[in-house]
Amino acid sequence: MTFSTTAPTAERGPAGATAPDVLLDVRDLRTYFHVMDGTVRAVDGVSFSIRRGQTLGVVGESGCGKSVTALSIMRLLDIPPAEIVSGEILFDGRDLLHLSDEEMRHVRGNDVAMIFQEPMTSLNPVFTVGDQIAEAVVLHQHLSRKDAWDKAIESIKAVGINNPERRVKQYPHELSGGMRQRVMIAMALSCDPKLLIADEPTTALDVTIQAQILELIRKVQDETGAALMLITHDLGVVAETVHDVVVMYAGRVVETGSVDGVLLAPKHPYTEGLLTSIPSKGMRGQRLNVIKGTVPNPFNMPEGCNFEPRCPYAFAPCTVHDPRIEDANPPDVACWLYTPAPGSPIPPRARTRPAGRPS
Amino acid sequence: MTDQTTVGGLAPAGDPGAAQPTADFEVALESLNQWQLAWRRYKRHRLALIGGGIFLFMIVLAIIGPIIWPFDRLAVRSDLPGPQGFSPLQDPPFGSDGAGRSVWRLVANGARLSMLIGLTTMLISVTIGTVVGAIAGYFGGRIDNILMRLVDLFLSIPLLFVVLVAARFFGGGELVPLIAIFGILLWPGLARLVRALFLSLREQEFVQAARAVGVGDFRIAFRHILPNALGPIIVTATLLVANAIILEAFVSYLNFGLKAQDVSWGNALSNAQSRMSVGNWWWPFFPGFFIALTVISINFMGDGLRDALDPRSRE
Repeated sequence: MTFSTTAPTAERGPAGATAPDVLLDVRDLRTYFHVMDGTVRAVDGVSFSIRRGQTLGVVGESGCGKSVTALSIMRLLDIPPAEIVSGEILFDGRDLLHLSDEEMRHVRGNDVAMIFQEPMTSLNPVFTVGDQIAEAVVLHQHLSRKDAWDKAIESIKAVGINNPERRVKQYPHELSGGMRQRVMIAMALSCDPKLLIADEPTTALDVTIQAQILELIRKVQDETGAALMLITHDLGVVAETVHDVVVMYAGRVVETGSVDGVLLAPKHPYTEGLLTSIPSKGMRGQRLNVIKGTVPNPFNMPEGCNFEPRCPYAFAPCTVHDPRIEDANPPDVACWLYTPAPGSPIPPRARTRPAGRPS
Repeated sequence: MTDQTTVGGLAPAGDPGAAQPTADFEVALESLNQWQLAWRRYKRHRLALIGGGIFLFMIVLAIIGPIIWPFDRLAVRSDLPGPQGFSPLQDPPFGSDGAGRSVWRLVANGARLSMLIGLTTMLISVTIGTVVGAIAGYFGGRIDNILMRLVDLFLSIPLLFVVLVAARFFGGGELVPLIAIFGILLWPGLARLVRALFLSLREQEFVQAARAVGVGDFRIAFRHILPNALGPIIVTATLLVANAIILEAFVSYLNFGLKAQDVSWGNALSNAQSRMSVGNWWWPFFPGFFIALTVISINFMGDGLRDALDPRSRE
């Protein structure tokens, strides 16, 4: 384990002990995929923590390692080709990476539950939804089939589905997409997990249903006191839902902080780029800002900062030195605009923002 | 089929009596599970319906035939018109064998052993093939490699030759060893099929969702994935019944199978050879016809099941 002192909030002491209100503490997680063409560093030194009952938003482009981080926490990756090279995932004081498969099975669904992106395919087509919810309950709470079935009806009711007694007997193909996602949420919540990981829970749904599902997640979170890790690339969702934000780029955390801090006063050029590429009402007739270029090739990462080739503020040290959020000062952004790079002063022009964008 | 149910469900909503806007009109729907849907599609397949009917008839014949029309090996008649026995006209419906015993009784009694061999062989091969294929496909890697090389080994040996040798050395004319030999030799094709199904199904999101809930490997393989693979397995299983029946007939015909005094369709064919040259065509014909009829009806059934159980064919 290397030292790691990054977190949205600085509860952690220098000795690396975790404060009691921290539920999940991910430290220097590195998940690599060994494939035919080489090694993909999908998650390359990610650290963050989630406090009990709080919501953490994980944002970033497709392919930046958000989902792999989540799957690493759940230990759902196929090993090989994946390998969790190093890191610690402290959940309630236990390192999930050191649990046996058997112990991990009791954590999954019971302590940490997950909601997936695709409600259409995440339910088994040959079982009724009641069967699938009851299975989780039987597995973890050792209730009888009858009690588990009642619990399934109860949790279907809790996620706002009408006529639960009838719905539990239906098959997934008889439900709409929004309803299936509600069922997934009911399934995830049926065992009262302490942490809920939602991997783009609304991406596959249309906008009105998205709002309902987010509202529902927020509501059940309030009721159960579960912490939530919300993975999304939708900054609108982040602004409405989360307390803290982790911005990821190419397998790294590039910026962390409270939702207000990150969204209203973004520090990292990448975060700024994400925010300025959202269309807004006042922009009629203007060209929409985009982050030029694409995510770097995972087999051929830039030598210095991963974001340098796309960064409008890039200057000399960015092509040579790799900014790590672990070494950053201030500690919440990995960028040479804020932390002096070895041998280079911070350029004074650094913080000139593109015109027309309020901070 | 979602469309059908919606259309069905809209009818009560159009009813002026259903005035309350909150009325859940889908309540009136009858929800069909996979099997009910499959049966609906199967019924439309006429040949498959006929095939299923004949197959059911054969099973009933196998159960009650020997009770109603017992075959007495010692009921040899002395008033034979010649070495060919009675023709179907003289001793309806199927004539008699060379010793004057009814071929109909022979067929009715032979159904029992032939169907028994067909069905139990199928059960054994389906069990072995499904378990091996499921484990190989689900776990992959080295386990998969070892099990699939075993399958290759079984598929590379000449089946008919091994069946004959095994039947001669281990069969001893007994039923149980013969079924065991057939069952052990017929599973590899199914194992390959099941492995391929598992390889694609294990990547489905519902499998990951099940793992995320904490379901264990064996439960995922056999409770979550297997039901999704059941359609093709059932189709193959029906064809295995036909294969086993043919195999029994073949082995018995060559006198490597059941004891000569056991009454099976294959043995009947074998015994009938002796009188074919003197004009008795009905003794081999009717048992052979029943073999062909059963095998064809099973194939039609498999065809219909293939369409009915394919989740993509939803009209």
